[in-house]
Amino acid sequence: MSVENGIGASVRRKEDQRFITGNGHYLDDMNKVGQAYGYFLRSPHAFAKIKSIDLSAAKAAPGVVDIFTGADMVADGIGGLICGWGITSKDGSPHNAPPHNSMAVDAVRHVGDQVAFVIAESLEQAKNASELIEVDYDVQTPVTNIAKALAPGAPQIHEEAPGNLCYDWELGDKAAVDAAFANAAHVSKIDLVNNRLSPNPMEPRAALGEYDMGSGDLTLYTTSQNPHVARLIMSAFLGIAPENKLRVVAPDVGGGFGSKIFVYAEETTTIWAARKINRPVKWTADRSEAFLTDAHGRDHVTHAELAMDNDGKILAFRVSTQANMGAYLSTFASAVPTYLYGTLLSGQYKIPSIYVEVQAGFTNTTPVDAYRGAGRPEATYVVERMMETAARDLGMDPTEFRLKNFIQPDAYPYETPVIMTYDSGDYPLAMNMAKDMIDYSGFAARKAQSEANGKIRGIGTAAYIEACGIAPSAAVGSLGAGVGLWESAEVRFNPTGSVTVFTGSHSHGQGHETTFAQIIADKLGVPIESVEVVHGDTSKVPFGMGTYGSRSLAVGGSAIVKAVDKIVEKSKKIAAHLMEASVEDIEHDHGVFSVAGTDKQMTMGEIAFAAYVPHNYPADLEPGMAENAFYDPLNFTFPAGTHIAEVEIDPSTGIVDIVDWAAVDDFGNVINPMIVEGQVHGGVAQGVGQALLEGVIYDEESGQLLTGSYMDYCMPRADDLPNFRVATTNTPCPSNPLGVKGCGEAGAIAAPAALMNAIVNALGKDINMPATPEKVWRAINNN
Amino acid sequence: MYSFDYERPSGINEAVSAIGEDDKFLAGGQTLLPTLKLRLAQADKLVDLGGIAELKGISVNDSEVTIGAMTRHVDVADSADVKSAIPALSFLASHIGDAQVRNRGTIGGSISNNDPAADYPAALLGLGATVHTNKRSISADDFFVDLFETALEEDELVTKVTFPIPEKAGYAKFPNPASRYALTGVFVAKTANGVRVAVTGAGTCVFRQTDMEAALSSNFAADAISGIKTESSGLSADIHASAEYRANLISVMAARAVKAAS
Amino acid sequence: MTTVSMTVNGKQVSADIAPNTLLVQFIRENLRLTGTHVGCDTSQCGACTVHVDGDSVKACTMLAVQAEGADVTTIEGLAQNGELHPMQAAFKENHGLQCGFCTPGMIMSAVDLVKRNPNPSEETIRTELEGNICRCTGYHNIVKSVKAAAENMGG
Repeated sequence: MSVENGIGASVRRKEDQRFITGNGHYLDDMNKVGQAYGYFLRSPHAFAKIKSIDLSAAKAAPGVVDIFTGADMVADGIGGLICGWGITSKDGSPHNAPPHNSMAVDAVRHVGDQVAFVIAESLEQAKNASELIEVDYDVQTPVTNIAKALAPGAPQIHEEAPGNLCYDWELGDKAAVDAAFANAAHVSKIDLVNNRLSPNPMEPRAALGEYDMGSGDLTLYTTSQNPHVARLIMSAFLGIAPENKLRVVAPDVGGGFGSKIFVYAEETTTIWAARKINRPVKWTADRSEAFLTDAHGRDHVTHAELAMDNDGKILAFRVSTQANMGAYLSTFASAVPTYLYGTLLSGQYKIPSIYVEVQAGFTNTTPVDAYRGAGRPEATYVVERMMETAARDLGMDPTEFRLKNFIQPDAYPYETPVIMTYDSGDYPLAMNMAKDMIDYSGFAARKAQSEANGKIRGIGTAAYIEACGIAPSAAVGSLGAGVGLWESAEVRFNPTGSVTVFTGSHSHGQGHETTFAQIIADKLGVPIESVEVVHGDTSKVPFGMGTYGSRSLAVGGSAIVKAVDKIVEKSKKIAAHLMEASVEDIEHDHGVFSVAGTDKQMTMGEIAFAAYVPHNYPADLEPGMAENAFYDPLNFTFPAGTHIAEVEIDPSTGIVDIVDWAAVDDFGNVINPMIVEGQVHGGVAQGVGQALLEGVIYDEESGQLLTGSYMDYCMPRADDLPNFRVATTNTPCPSNPLGVKGCGEAGAIAAPAALMNAIVNALGKDINMPATPEKVWRAINNN
Repeated sequence: MYSFDYERPSGINEAVSAIGEDDKFLAGGQTLLPTLKLRLAQADKLVDLGGIAELKGISVNDSEVTIGAMTRHVDVADSADVKSAIPALSFLASHIGDAQVRNRGTIGGSISNNDPAADYPAALLGLGATVHTNKRSISADDFFVDLFETALEEDELVTKVTFPIPEKAGYAKFPNPASRYALTGVFVAKTANGVRVAVTGAGTCVFRQTDMEAALSSNFAADAISGIKTESSGLSADIHASAEYRANLISVMAARAVKAAS
Repeated sequence: MTTVSMTVNGKQVSADIAPNTLLVQFIRENLRLTGTHVGCDTSQCGACTVHVDGDSVKACTMLAVQAEGADVTTIEGLAQNGELHPMQAAFKENHGLQCGFCTPGMIMSAVDLVKRNPNPSEETIRTELEGNICRCTGYHNIVKSVKAAAENMGG
């Protein structure tokens, strides 16, 4: 029996009605009675010691309620912001995580670092007062570039991190790799820069803190992808309030892309200050602040080498990366260039041995942390640029070179030399489909046609893999994670037949209210309109690890399935009692319970009603119909696929025009194809942004951010992008009950490598991202 | 925004007499308001020109197109009269900013601000337009002085701009990928008084490319300027483009503008 | 303080405000119509787009006092008698939104776009949406939505 709006249907989204009518509830839309407005005075310098702060004139300004500095928070016993993943260096030492106060205590270490929090009756008054604060800075020479920061003699940013080193990490068998290189017939090499990005969800971060003096309860409304984690960190490490006295609510959140995972200074300061002044305090970032303080992404410098035999078979892969952490270690920053990066360097390939080393260091820049893909786009970029280079060096077609080295469909489970066990996939299938979609064999003719029109055409491939469904708790725990990465769910059947689902996943654009409702509709036969998905409130949802790493469906969805299984199990007992049959004879199909071999049946709604009105009910069963489940995944999931981009370049200007894009992704089973396609489109767009348009730039001398607004940071617009042709293959994931793999990050992981390979193919030489018109023009004109 | 007073006069004289030393005229506001919002500028009073009917409107006769200072970009872009008299001017107006900006921004505001990357200055200089103020008439060659600097005096207000109708004209713009201002824009016009080539975005102020003017005077065709390079020293350089790249764009955009000229 | 009066979504409204109040502040804070969003501070993202006398404008780049006497429509005023505007319906049908933050501005721009170009090509749609930034959708389904709406609006 199939169910309307069930698994596999492109159900139109339930959440859309409020968004298209202007009735969403984003954070800045909320206001509380008696609310005051907070504004941060920020450092104008990239690096300076603070000699003194004089607040006297500012405190006397009109409308000022109070002004706080870092010293006030320290005096109140509030701890610093933490990094939740401990990385161990080659020499066995733990990573350096210098103190990270919410507001500066003795020094500022990047432009935009928090110096004081001004609270006033209006935002304009708070801004006016901030201009009256006198800070005496002893300005130091900054360093923004990671290679320079790790070089001898660089300015020392933290006393606790000598040489600005955070860690020097390695993974893989160095001796085996060295031996393979020594005997290789061919060695290809590449040097790459993975440009620094600003995530730019369209809704800026915001916080509204509220204190109830009577109960002592604190409530923080905030733009978070994981409110429970925020509560946990604020309670356990900062000492804001115990978890039972702190409620964190993330209402409608306007995009995240990773940047709203982290526990930031501003949100922390806002909730702390609400109690200090015993009034609601609201802080909303403007876009300029977002550029200065939202954690950035990427910023790697990498050298890679690939060893091959005479037949073009890969023997070994060697990678060395420097990763910029920014001024402080953000919440999950340390994991991004290590366990989310090094572990994916086998790509889709059978590579006998791999060795990677990563030096992470501090600079006078905004902290860097997870941004859509987090480590995996960087890994794919290295692997796939490397494969293209190797194929070119060998004179082979890059797709043929890949097909020759792919892990074959019968090889699963496949253990890579970098501690991952791939569970399922069919890499040749996806690549061949993508080649057909884009008419790969017709490229030469199209290139000739372009040439006749004075244009340069190129085609480029990326066969990516990612580890999603983050993550098995024991596995990540052994690698240094400070938390478990399971997910929780509660499925509550209401007495009158509607269902409320509480999930620890958080939707900020992904459409969980629809996808999760489809699971319930499918499994329990409830009309989708009668299913309500509740998320983002620590006082409603049992617990949650939140949404990132393409984990919501594979982990959060699996928790829902587990809870549904418990509902079904209990319902069978009730059905057996009411229909006077044995439990073993009860069959369940999409919410209908029947007695095998008879025409007796009951619906889920009837059973739920009986559970709440247990007049005729099994003696040994509790009333009610609500079940909790916590799901800890058995393995990561491994979405993979091939994207092929085709470009045409105008040699007179260097403008790159994307003329075609074929994406074939294996996400395992798909619940809502429409939503999945939308995720691919959005991911590819961000990847195209990285490859062509976006890049955070600091002035190396002053440390000033030069791309601090949309005037200078180039966001992809509608006319920068093409239509995308997308398709999926399906090798179901064997390690979760839905067979799903995750689709949120794939596009952002595949796109930069595919697009840069196309550009490099057109130019016949390497260039770095972003491939701006001038860079491309210079490459063409050799200057 | 810092606080300010606001006045909305209904006549030109009233507006001019309302303006004080620390006050600013508010035209379409598409540059001024963002600047005030970011607290990069301050005014005691804004004198809004939006209520002055005589500053608005387009008229076209056999020899010239006249555009009132408070005429919006969208109105110039959509005007059938402008399209038929000087299609390049209509094309240029339709490529300023974005749709919402064109629905508010005005020609008077744009040229009075004289942003080095604005589009309109190229049209004025390229067509040899005349800027009319409440006091006098100023040729475009004299009006645009330097970076954000014009010949306007403090209590002087642009009232309208007259464009002589050329034999043919064209505009080509290479937008800054981020801001969409002109990274380099070139306006070429074949006029009764000779060929004019005006370049915006590439320097601190709109300027004429006289080598190209000379070449196009004898042969108004893209080929005529294919060998002409612009000296990059003196051109702007920033994170978006070097001076050398801008020099290249001048050549490319000039050729495109000549090809597009009609 | 100065008094400003205008029509918003068909209703006459009036308030005493400081002259430096932006139209978007007036709409969000005085009228509590929070569907109009603020996504940047340099007048580029377009999340604040509303119609003033029928034209799309960025409400963050206009003073409320400049809208004196004007007829303003916000996203909340687009649906009529509980019936979605064809543009709203098309965005839902074609998955033209994800997080929803840019959506009100995008829809308001798109309505104006179709008014000016009743039968827009894909290229026209992409060019004319230059003043609106979306970070979620890659614009693919936004373009599809606008095209579908234009057809439904009789273009």
